[in-house]
Amino acid sequence: MDHERTTMRLTREAFAANFAETEQGLTRRSAMEESNRCLYCYDAPCIKACPTGINVPSFIKRIATDNLKGAAAAIMDANPVGASCSRVCPTEELCEGACVLNDASEPIRIGLLQRYATDWAINGGATLFQAGVSNGRRTAVIGGGPAGLSAARELARSGFAVTVFEAKPLAGGLDTYGIVSFRLPQHVSLWEVEQVRKLGVDIRTGVSVGSDIAVSELIEQYDAVVLAVGMGQVPSLGIEGEALEGVYDAIRFVEATKTGELPLPLKGARVAVIGAGNTAIDAATCSVRLGADNVKMVYRRTKDEMTAYAFEYEFAKRDGVEFSWLTAPVRIVGNADGKVTHLECVRMALTGDVGKDGRALTMPVEGSEFLLPVDAVILAIGQSRRLELIEQLGITHNRGVVIVDEETRRTSHPMIYAAGDVAFGAGQGEAMVVSAAEQGKRAARAIERHFAAKPRSEAI
Amino acid sequence: MADLRINLAGIPAPNPFWLASAPPTNTGYQVQRAFEAGWGGAVWKTLGDPIINTSSRFAAVHFNGQRVAGFNNIELITDRPLEVNLKEIYETKKRFPNHALVVSLMVEPKREKWHEIVKRVEAVGVDGLELNFGCPHGMAERGMGSASGQQPDLVEKQTMWAKEAAQTPVIVKLTPNITDITVVARHAVMGGADAISLINTINSLAGVDIHTWNTVPHVGGKGAHGGYCGPAVKPIALSMVAECAKDRAIGVPISGIGGISSWQDAVEFMLMGASGVQICTAAMHHGFRIVEEMIDGLNNYLDEKGIASVMELTGQAVSRYSTWGELDLNYRVVARINDETCIACNKCHIACEDTSHQCIDMLTDEGGRRYLKVREEDCVGCNLCSIVCPVDGAIDMVEVSGGQASMSWNEMQQAIVRANAGDDTASTTGKEAV
Ligand SMILES: Cc1cc2nc3c(=O)[nH]c(=O)nc-3n(C[C@H](O)[C@H](O)[C@H](O)COP(=O)(O)OP(=O)(O)OC[C@H]3O[C@@H](n4cnc5c(N)ncnc54)[C@H](O)[C@@H]3O)c2cc1C
Ligand SMILES: Cc1cc2nc3c(=O)[nH]c(=O)nc-3n(C[C@H](O)[C@H](O)[C@H](O)COP(=O)(O)O)c2cc1C
Ligand code: SF4
Repeated sequence: MDHERTTMRLTREAFAANFAETEQGLTRRSAMEESNRCLYCYDAPCIKACPTGINVPSFIKRIATDNLKGAAAAIMDANPVGASCSRVCPTEELCEGACVLNDASEPIRIGLLQRYATDWAINGGATLFQAGVSNGRRTAVIGGGPAGLSAARELARSGFAVTVFEAKPLAGGLDTYGIVSFRLPQHVSLWEVEQVRKLGVDIRTGVSVGSDIAVSELIEQYDAVVLAVGMGQVPSLGIEGEALEGVYDAIRFVEATKTGELPLPLKGARVAVIGAGNTAIDAATCSVRLGADNVKMVYRRTKDEMTAYAFEYEFAKRDGVEFSWLTAPVRIVGNADGKVTHLECVRMALTGDVGKDGRALTMPVEGSEFLLPVDAVILAIGQSRRLELIEQLGITHNRGVVIVDEETRRTSHPMIYAAGDVAFGAGQGEAMVVSAAEQGKRAARAIERHFAAKPRSEAI
Repeated sequence: MADLRINLAGIPAPNPFWLASAPPTNTGYQVQRAFEAGWGGAVWKTLGDPIINTSSRFAAVHFNGQRVAGFNNIELITDRPLEVNLKEIYETKKRFPNHALVVSLMVEPKREKWHEIVKRVEAVGVDGLELNFGCPHGMAERGMGSASGQQPDLVEKQTMWAKEAAQTPVIVKLTPNITDITVVARHAVMGGADAISLINTINSLAGVDIHTWNTVPHVGGKGAHGGYCGPAVKPIALSMVAECAKDRAIGVPISGIGGISSWQDAVEFMLMGASGVQICTAAMHHGFRIVEEMIDGLNNYLDEKGIASVMELTGQAVSRYSTWGELDLNYRVVARINDETCIACNKCHIACEDTSHQCIDMLTDEGGRRYLKVREEDCVGCNLCSIVCPVDGAIDMVEVSGGQASMSWNEMQQAIVRANAGDDTASTTGKEAV
């Protein structure tokens, strides 16, 4: 077993340096130059391209006129997680992709300007919003990720008492635990949580609905419930060897880099990442930063079917990540100590046909199996559904994807609304922080409308 | 949330941002849209005997990639019938009773003409009148606008005629195309003006097309001087507002106009004595919604400064706008270059070397690194280097104490007079100082 290697942990210092935010924020001068370049378009396409409809030209004009508080307020008003979004939104596909200057010169760097304004608010400790006058109604939000925080913030602003139940020790969802620190430092997400808390929202962390508190209790005690539990861990691939030491679930793997635990011992390691979505890329670039010698992404299809964003792909390539297209994992091989040593793969070939989802079909090339010597395997083939909780709530779903009315986010249960990843899939929505935020807002609006239409009877 | 309401010579408005009399206030449709967008007031496009406008009217000066540094026009007053305007003014006021609706007027310098128009306009219900003695083109050829605005006695007389008939406050709008604006302002006040507004546009020719040799703009190959406004005129307008605010013989509220395009500009005009501001070019460049950013910025500024009402700003900086003779000749600043921040473009060096006092040295340290240093003893504190420096914080102008007590030129002259007491020539020198 000459292939086996001893891998090590990075020192704390090296870890901190490797996971520090990659992109530098704008300097005041570049923010001024950039904001003054914005045309302040009327009926601007960037507003429409932003799922939360941030008034982009307005916040940019406020930066240009040294009104950073106004800029931050305009952003956070439309998007309760606007600081995180400034860092994690695929802006090329959203606002910046829509900028009219794309064809004339260079699009305005909206994401960076948004970060400039929200960083100001974070650093200056500005209070941007206040709770509405109490209307006596109580709402529960299950899950404190972007969708849940967004719903909670809006409900609190319109006078509802809001309790957020969050299973993890900290709120923020994947912004806090799932998106790599070098793109989104945890403090940014926690600041957003704090903004919601400051409106009087009761955020109960460490409380898992369904186990720590019964679903029936919530339905009895609250006037409306917003389900915003996102998705779960990476599902099993169903191949041999998944339980070996050195096999990781990509979500837990990234989480381990965000929670202050000891860095995973990947220094010098050869890592195979299975999958080619954004999560897979994040796991790969995290591996590089943990000191891995070689990181390969193993994907059964081709580059054209890869679901990762183009900028994510470029980022991984710059990090030296290698891509093995048309390669499918067959089994994971371990040694006598139960440690991973190899990933057995098989080459795939295009059949020439296209599947129902429009993607090219592939099939294994007989006899092409080979052993890839590795020290770690990271599984990143999507996320599982929180089926148990959804069933307990008794709401309609399609294989774990909660079915909602797009505009109101109402589920089949009249007092339960759903927002974010929990209702993503089966042709519904997109798994992005910004869409989770918008859906949370919509659920809150629908609840507001619902109760404004039926004022409380206690006044009699 | 600070109180943004103002009261200008008895005309209340929900905020200090008014649209100036110009194309944005041409119709009821526009003014109502503006009020919906948040503007606190509007001065209706100047009414008078309808005229004919030319086609091709505006031109702008763009500066290094930024559009509309200055704006130039050869448009005249309203080209719509008086009855139509009056009907729309009535409807607008009815829909927006709490917004300031002022109507701008311009007629021939005849008493009956002024009486007639004032009465007709006030009859539909307006909050005030603005007399346009400022338009520098077209109307001047007919003895109106700046032609009458340049004659202090005509300004006084016409103001008086308007006041004889007026029930609502009368604001006199001044032309900047004059040597000393305070002279005309004083005459407006003698004529009974309740307030003054300034500035109207400045005589200008936006440009010449170097290929066709036509003027910019041109009307079928011919051009005429126009009126200049927009960001480029702000310093001129601001100094004229300040001069009027300082002048005790004027003493009426001021509506500040000229190049205001942000909340910061508005704050500056108010600090220099304006009770409110009027805006034209910025609205023409960006649409009415620009007022949202102005209101938000002003509000946050006041909150941050702990100022409860915007009206507290008016005139706060006027006393600091003094005369040259009062400036302390012993006050001294010098330039200091911050090595950490400097990006070594060397622009300060060459500016000082070629065009100021040759006191920024280009040096090399032991490590071979090049750096810039000011010889402070030779620096006259002119600010040029910090003006051409492209980086915030790379050059500071710092106060240095020369250890001498403050001494202005006026004080110096008086000291000379005292020292030479009895000397024949002393009194003449003393007079020059004033
Ligand atoms: C690795 C990774 C990288 C990503 N990168 C990006 C990116 O760059 N840009 C982007 O826009 N999107 C990205 N996404 C997607 C994005 O993070 C999600 O779409 C978004 O977080 C969804 O928000 P949510 O609130 O629906 O769910 P989540 O963020 O998952 O939050 C759900 C919350 O509910 C809590 N919860 C779950 N069950 C219970 C329960 N029973 N009781 C109480 N609380 C519970 C969870 O602990 C969690 O805090 C990424 C996702 C992953 C996994
Ligand atoms: C196209 C145009 C037409 C104008 N017409 C009038 C007018 O009819 N009456 C008037 O008093 N001022 C008129 N003005 C002057 C403006 O009211 C204002 O005094 C001037 O534009 C300065 O303000 P600004 O720099 O904000 O544009 C006009 C200005 C422009 C640009
Ligand atoms: S960002 Fe682009 S599209 Fe949006 S307002 Fe500015 S210039 Fe227009």
